[in-house]
Amino acid sequence: MKADFSLIHKFAMGGCFIVMDINSGAVHEVSKTAWDFLQAWEEAGGDSKQARLELRKSYEAGELQLVQDELQSLIDEGMLFGDDREIQNYRAESASYVKALCLHAAHDCNMRCRYCFAGTGDFGGRRALMDLETGIQALEFLFAASGPRRHVEVDYFGGEPLLNFPVVKQLIQYGKTRSVQLGKVLKQTLTTNGLLLDQEVSDYLNSEGISLVLSLDGRPAVNDAMRPLKGGAGSYEHILPKLKKLVESRHGTNYYVRGTYTHANLDFSQDVLHMVEQGFREVSVEPVVADSREYYALHEEDLPVLEKEYEKLAQAWLNYRENGKGFNFFHFNIDLDHGPCLPKRLSGCGAGHEYLAVSPEGNLYPCHQFVGKEEFKVGNVQDGITEGSWGKKFKGAHVLNKEACRVCWARFYCSGGCHANAFNFNRDITIPYKLGCRLEKKRLECAVYLQVKSYEDRAED
Amino acid sequence: MTHKVHIKTINKKPLSQTIKTGGCGECQTSCQSACKTSCTVGNQVCQK
Repeated sequence: MKADFSLIHKFAMGGCFIVMDINSGAVHEVSKTAWDFLQAWEEAGGDSKQARLELRKSYEAGELQLVQDELQSLIDEGMLFGDDREIQNYRAESASYVKALCLHAAHDCNMRCRYCFAGTGDFGGRRALMDLETGIQALEFLFAASGPRRHVEVDYFGGEPLLNFPVVKQLIQYGKTRSVQLGKVLKQTLTTNGLLLDQEVSDYLNSEGISLVLSLDGRPAVNDAMRPLKGGAGSYEHILPKLKKLVESRHGTNYYVRGTYTHANLDFSQDVLHMVEQGFREVSVEPVVADSREYYALHEEDLPVLEKEYEKLAQAWLNYRENGKGFNFFHFNIDLDHGPCLPKRLSGCGAGHEYLAVSPEGNLYPCHQFVGKEEFKVGNVQDGITEGSWGKKFKGAHVLNKEACRVCWARFYCSGGCHANAFNFNRDITIPYKLGCRLEKKRLECAVYLQVKSYEDRAED
Repeated sequence: MTHKVHIKTINKKPLSQTIKTGGCGECQTSCQSACKTSCTVGNQVCQK
């Protein structure tokens, strides 16, 4: 029996031997014998007879036969070395519907985070707040451009959107009323640094059911080194009590505490756990994306340390769960049975065709990271999309059309990575950001490993 | 699926089948919630 090992990905973690079948999406945990068989099989260039000969020194012939029979049974079921004929024949729906907007309610900020891609809030332009009329036009654009899609989303973003709270409030109300009239389901999110979260603001956001993304980087010194206030003082002591109070007031639901790690805290698992110890159970911590000349930028030589950190975090995740203090780490969330369908995985993040960002002036960009890059402007909220070619380019930049992604085992999980990162590093949205790819793959291995461990636990119960 | 001694299959629903059943487009955009810097579609859950 011959096999093409480019169709699977195998890795060992925490004493588990895991095999992922790329095209079917099947995940298998295999015994040490099966693992050795697969290793020998691969080393023998896919020749199973040769593999069995090699392994006869260590294993009984009958055991090897059993392993081979079980592997063959998976192959017959299409769950090992599955081909991609159906996937290659898939053609995406030609129509595009914008179903999510990132509304830049404020191009201004009350903090001066050192790694801010928004240039401390102004996105390289003038400091500005979105006015109500522009915001309403943006919402109307979304409702119209979403066509038959029922579920639509708005994220109030910045800069710091709470600097424009009176307008944000009116837009939340407007969106709520109009979505009901139009039969749409509108999910509204707000991303904030938390400084302006007082009782009134918190009560309002809770009563309106607004999902929140709350920024915090972790341990006090780590947070304060990267997230100072305008005057340069640390923000941790001001922000932490506000975030804690807010999360308690919404009974620990409908939020994420989101941090960024940099070269200055390569031991970022400590920051995740610090936030968990503060009572936050929904945590997302992301690698910084920065010009490699910046002192806080991540470099390829950081990767071995960072990969170990993700493994440490995965073990900690298991320990916390075992002790009844389980938490969600966004990048470890993966649902192998109810994850996104293949069409979704081929549509990627949706930037430029399903998802657009709106500047305070009402200009439309492929996503929040492209705001301010005038060559990427796709239109405005009054006239709609006037540069349709960008949408086609972004939609076409999926994993089957990107050379590096086509041969990557993680292609149907990450879906090709961030277009903005690809552009920033390679000036080409079809060439993914290499360092991001390595981190993504490690996170996915950890996430799959945790699913395997969870499966084992369920089987034992 | 026959019982296996050396292999445990963790998930039961092959991804390739979702080509026929999926594509409704009602799911959340993947960079809209907790990430905003690292698109990871696989972290989402189908809305169906």
